Amino acid sequence: MTAESVATGAYLVAALLFILSLAGLSKHDTARRGVLFGIVGMAIALVATFWLAATAGWGSAATMTGLVVLIVAMIVGGAIGLWRARVVAMTGMPELIALLHSFVGLAAVLVGWNGHLHAPELVGALRDIHHAEVFIGVFIGGVTFTGSIVAFLKLSARMPSRPLVLPGKNILNLGALVLFVGLTVWYVLTPELWLLVAVTIVALALGWHLVASIGGGDMPVVVSMLNSYSGWAAAAAGFLLNNDLLIVTGALVGSSGAYLSYIMCKAMNRSFLSVIAGGFGIEAPQSGDAETGEHREIDAESAAELLASAASVVITPGYGMAVAQAQYPVAELTQRLRDRGVDVRFGIHPVAGRLPGHMNVLLAEARVPYDVVLEMDEVNDDFARTSVVLVIGANDTVNPAAAEDPGSPIAGMPVLRVWEAEHVIVFKRSMASGYAGVANPLFWRENTQMLFGDAKERVEDILRVL
Amino acid sequence: MTQIGIVAERPGERRVAASPLTVGRILALGYDVVVETDAGAASSFPDDAYVEAGARIVARAEAWSSPVVLKINAPEPDEIALLSPGATLIGLLAPAFRPELLSALAAHGVTALAMDAVPRISRAQSMDVLSSMANISGYRAVVEAAHEFGRFFTGQVTAAGKVPPAKVLIAGAGVAGLAAIGAASSLGAIVRATDPRPEVADQVRSIGGEYLAVEVAEQMVSADGYAKATSEAYDRRAAEIYSEQAADVDIIITTALIPGRAAPRLITAADVAAMRPGSVIVDMAAAQGGNVEGSVAGERIVTPGGVVILGYTDLAGRLPQQASQLYGTNLLNLLKLLTPGKDGQLTIDDADIVQRSVTVVKEGAVTWPPPPVQVSAAPAAAPVEPQAVREAKPVSPVLKGVLTTLGIAALFLVAAVAPAPLPQHFTVLVLSVVVGFYVIGKVAHALHTPLMSVTNAISGIIIVGAMLQITVDDPIVQALAAVAVLLASINIFGGFAVTRRMLAMFQKGAGR
Repeated sequence: MTAESVATGAYLVAALLFILSLAGLSKHDTARRGVLFGIVGMAIALVATFWLAATAGWGSAATMTGLVVLIVAMIVGGAIGLWRARVVAMTGMPELIALLHSFVGLAAVLVGWNGHLHAPELVGALRDIHHAEVFIGVFIGGVTFTGSIVAFLKLSARMPSRPLVLPGKNILNLGALVLFVGLTVWYVLTPELWLLVAVTIVALALGWHLVASIGGGDMPVVVSMLNSYSGWAAAAAGFLLNNDLLIVTGALVGSSGAYLSYIMCKAMNRSFLSVIAGGFGIEAPQSGDAETGEHREIDAESAAELLASAASVVITPGYGMAVAQAQYPVAELTQRLRDRGVDVRFGIHPVAGRLPGHMNVLLAEARVPYDVVLEMDEVNDDFARTSVVLVIGANDTVNPAAAEDPGSPIAGMPVLRVWEAEHVIVFKRSMASGYAGVANPLFWRENTQMLFGDAKERVEDILRVL
Repeated sequence: MTQIGIVAERPGERRVAASPLTVGRILALGYDVVVETDAGAASSFPDDAYVEAGARIVARAEAWSSPVVLKINAPEPDEIALLSPGATLIGLLAPAFRPELLSALAAHGVTALAMDAVPRISRAQSMDVLSSMANISGYRAVVEAAHEFGRFFTGQVTAAGKVPPAKVLIAGAGVAGLAAIGAASSLGAIVRATDPRPEVADQVRSIGGEYLAVEVAEQMVSADGYAKATSEAYDRRAAEIYSEQAADVDIIITTALIPGRAAPRLITAADVAAMRPGSVIVDMAAAQGGNVEGSVAGERIVTPGGVVILGYTDLAGRLPQQASQLYGTNLLNLLKLLTPGKDGQLTIDDADIVQRSVTVVKEGAVTWPPPPVQVSAAPAAAPVEPQAVREAKPVSPVLKGVLTTLGIAALFLVAAVAPAPLPQHFTVLVLSVVVGFYVIGKVAHALHTPLMSVTNAISGIIIVGAMLQITVDDPIVQALAAVAVLLASINIFGGFAVTRRMLAMFQKGAGR
């Protein structure tokens, strides 16, 4: 058994464990075991690789310094990672995840560069393929890196979340792709360093522009798309280094991100391309805006009375709940109402929040039991039998125009049919329209009442009355 | 500061136009409130309670001479004489039915506001006294029926035998009908309801009733929130339904009213005769001519077949405290609208459609009827073509097939033409993508964020690439690889740690 064959066997085991890890995440009951599989798989892969690297040149000065540097870098990186994971607030998860994507992207760029600087001895077609692989790896990594950085900046409000609109932005994106293909061909013919620099710059610019021109509300799609890219970046590195484990893992992550993007797009009734091309609400038709109506206001006291006398309550949170940090009072409200025998459940729209599943994590953090947190499809048919619906910081995901007005810009988007309930209380700062810029006729339905103000404060007011 | 007088009603009417609670809030609008002696006695609001709320108790003549007089029922001629000229009277005036009352009020030179003329628009809901009274009446109708009915409403299985549940038919699912459905079904009865407006079917079901649809081609959508007269074909089918139901149910409560017209005749004498002895009918429309043949306004009738027909017209007044409270709140909301400055000055703005609608006599001139209000309760939208709903991505199946075939062909070519080890890598890649897709497809939506952070961690596997490069004898390569290792380590450790932290928070609500 050579070190190589041991490593190959270990990689196979690690790949299997990664698959089991993702499979374990399908259910709450098995999720923790799934993470454990992932950790074990990763440990096996790291030990095997370390063994491989160490045995190949044990004793040589370069190898020894390399191994020392490796251990130091891992310890430092691991410490930073563990520290960030401990202190991150659950409302900050989208930012953290975007940032982690950018690290994979940058690592892929560096690995690609090393592929150029330390090219293996190859001839003929294999040499050309190697060059193409370097370029593809660097390109995907570069796009992932800056794209994730922009997503991070937007999510953490260090950059305005409204879409950047450059003239001819689709042409720019397309041009960058064409330029990439051209540079790749050139590099395959004459592998010059400046071509590598050029393609890195093109990739970084493209990633920046791609995400900068997408607005805040499309972030669930963007983040899952970047997740996918980070996977493909790893897979490209696997091709470059002839490493099957990298390919398998990269493909798993890549298809996972692609699937999540697909779910998010379906939940917004939009095609992936239209999200990436950006511009929801930029040229939104104004057809629905002319019709407005009278809305009724309610105060916290009456809302509390309504809730106390309700038989069943469904809460539909949106990004506004995360912004107001209202998940703790909401959880407390849930607990109080459940203690009084009120059936309280949550209805989560797939694109609520800025990350797939973001609302679930926030509610879990506030200790809301997960079996009362339901998906849109599970809860949608129950609204007609619900006494009170609380809409907290959600807007477009509960807009009846999507279901009823074929002229609406969000027509056909699946929404939570809250308006079928007996009473709807909407927590909102003002009468402004949501991310999509579409007026929401829910607000002037006869069974809807508005509770204006900061969601957290208003929920706390209700709690005081109860 | 304008004085508002709350006057006592005639004997037989137990309600009063203001409760101590609403008096307090009228005072907050800047008015001065006087209450006639014992005005609230029949509603269990003693004079002391009004005094405590801040009102003065005065004699009949002084209360009636106030510049603003609040009342429930329309005034009698001797009461009109007590009003001071220029005063404002607010009450239930039935302007559509009593032109002579309006002219009498006009002749006396007063302004009269009819609470029963509030338009049915969202903004005016809080003043809609017809709805609030109908709600009480519907509830009381069930209570009256239960009082007359010789059996339980709910079905039971007892040691002494099985009790079948009572069957109740409610004709008309307006506010009163819905209140009756709710009350009867919460008593445990089987409740069925009819209504010419199919859009109420969901409301009926939502409170526990079964909606009996009248299956004819036409459907009516009401534009002003009230039921309208129906067509002949519809009426024939409806009559059949009532006949079928009469033979089956134990209790019928009819609530069908058409504004400005006599109540429609729904239940014929033959239907009544078909009911079992001991059955009860409550005709809530008896005052407007009755939905039931043989009902008498204000009376309890027992037919030769042993069916009790109640034609009570004072159902809301039979819950006097509740009715006074809600009526008083409706009045208060109107006063709020009429007192924009909260300064105790009553002003009527003719440009406001609510204020225009309720004003039936203004300064000695009859102003009824108001211009029509057309605000739809259920939007009468044009029928929507189902195809008009936009699809996410109209990719034709043919195009999809072509693309799939092309993709497979491209993969085949790559694998067939490319030198080793590329085909082997592609095999691994393609199979992994397929595996990944199926595995991820099963992940619960709720776990998508943990899924992303785990994939984040395992995409840190790129560290393997960097580890293989870090031992190369080239400082630049080593430095770059070291940075890559550092970044990937953050991912691996951070990703797994944060996932564990998140998953630890998810907890099942067992035992709660």
